[in-house]
Amino acid sequence: MFGRHSDLPLKGDATSRFLPWLVALMVYLSAVSLAGVFVLNGLVRSWDHDVSGTLTVQVQPVPGEAGEALTDERVRQAVELMRRTPGVLAARPLDKKQILALLEPWLGNTDVVKDLPLPRLIDVTVDPDISMELLELADRLARSVPGATLDDHRIWLSRLINLSRTTEWVAIAILVLIGCVTSATVIYATRTSMAVNRSVIEVLHLIGAHDDYIARQFADRSFALGFSGGLIGLALAVPSLTAIGWAARRIEGGFLPSLSLPVTGWVMIAMLPVIAAALAMLTARLAVHATLARMP
Amino acid sequence: MRNNRRGEHIIRFDSVGLRYGLGPEVLRDISFALPSGSFHFLTGSSGAGKSSLMRLMYLGLRPTRGRVVLFDKDIAMTRRYELPALRRRIGVVFQDFRLLDHLSAMDNVALPLRVRGVKESEVRKHVPELLNWVGLSEQINAKPPTLSGGQKQRVAIARAVIGRPDLLLADEPTGNVDDHIAMRLLHLFEELNRLGTTVVIATHNQFLVDRFTQYPRLHIDRGTVVEGE
Repeated sequence: MFGRHSDLPLKGDATSRFLPWLVALMVYLSAVSLAGVFVLNGLVRSWDHDVSGTLTVQVQPVPGEAGEALTDERVRQAVELMRRTPGVLAARPLDKKQILALLEPWLGNTDVVKDLPLPRLIDVTVDPDISMELLELADRLARSVPGATLDDHRIWLSRLINLSRTTEWVAIAILVLIGCVTSATVIYATRTSMAVNRSVIEVLHLIGAHDDYIARQFADRSFALGFSGGLIGLALAVPSLTAIGWAARRIEGGFLPSLSLPVTGWVMIAMLPVIAAALAMLTARLAVHATLARMP
Repeated sequence: MRNNRRGEHIIRFDSVGLRYGLGPEVLRDISFALPSGSFHFLTGSSGAGKSSLMRLMYLGLRPTRGRVVLFDKDIAMTRRYELPALRRRIGVVFQDFRLLDHLSAMDNVALPLRVRGVKESEVRKHVPELLNWVGLSEQINAKPPTLSGGQKQRVAIARAVIGRPDLLLADEPTGNVDDHIAMRLLHLFEELNRLGTTVVIATHNQFLVDRFTQYPRLHIDRGTVVEGE
């Protein structure tokens, strides 16, 4: 493919000199989009996994001197009620230290808030395979334990997951658009090159060359240009993605799940130059066939 | 390759007409048939339509009307993917040579063999032999821009005959050479004809036609063949 015989003077063809740089840019953008798709996919999976099977019960603190003991009693009642509920696997009240640890990513040093009357939390694990009437449970909890509410993460988290999924699809659409733009550019470059080499093509055509004999020479050239451009794009993308990954790891303070790119993602990104070259080769071949079909 | 027996028609035109775009007809009601193994001159003044007729014969154009039958195949009914096989049976010496300037004389002559997928060892054996035969053994690696008009013409002829074509079409093949070389080239075409190739030579060189009176003429005047064999 790189060293095959060619009758056409395509190596010195100035019309396709810009192609490697354009493919490099496209591969760079594709690598960033693809990384985005993989990271978002991992994020959604992680959230999806975290949200299924958990509920949180919140008990408002009771003010006054006997408030602490009364609040403890209400927490105990709520835990009892939850443990009696079918489908609940475990109900575990969080102590104050754990609640402060949860607030730390948002509020920083929690020394100033530890004396404030904070709501008490009960972490409830439910069987994900059993369908529960959450509204009825929330109602029963509110009636049985004053100041207790059931917090179902699924509502707001599902909106977040929807947003992430939409972003994921947008990233995939960007990848498709990049493929289309690359193909359109290859078609333009191939047609220009064909126009420049028209007399040579005519001679080959008239001495009995099949269309594919001519198309193969353009396709080989496009593959070589696309592959070299793809390698440049990859060489630029890897440091960028590594830098983004490094910056993301610095902000992983607990409220964001891991933002690192999985191995599959790196493999896919490493394959981008070959995919870009194959796309350029196929597009050039089809473009030459379409143009030659108009010759007698 | 030589499927046509001597005497059968290798090419036949029936009421063929040709116009470029929406312009006037440049060829009108052309009807003739060339027997396999024949040798013809195609004569006519400059602009009479010789080159257009040659282009129809080497399938460089499709007629706008009428019927062209080549190697027993009606061209209008022949599928596009079948045409290269027909073109490979035709050797063409173009009026303007149409050599590829970026390739050496060797690679230019090798083109018809390479498009057929002939082994490179065969190519490297036969092409230098033929270039030697047309007196260009010294110019085997020379590129066309460095060759004289006569040398280019001989490279073009070598390219046309390397594949042992069934039909050889030469458009003004002696236009750039002196009478001595013109005679040598004509003898080369005669030799090919003796080996079974049907030869059509388009020329307005009356001297040449008069020297080879044994061969019939197709005379074209104002877009129509007015004189057959």
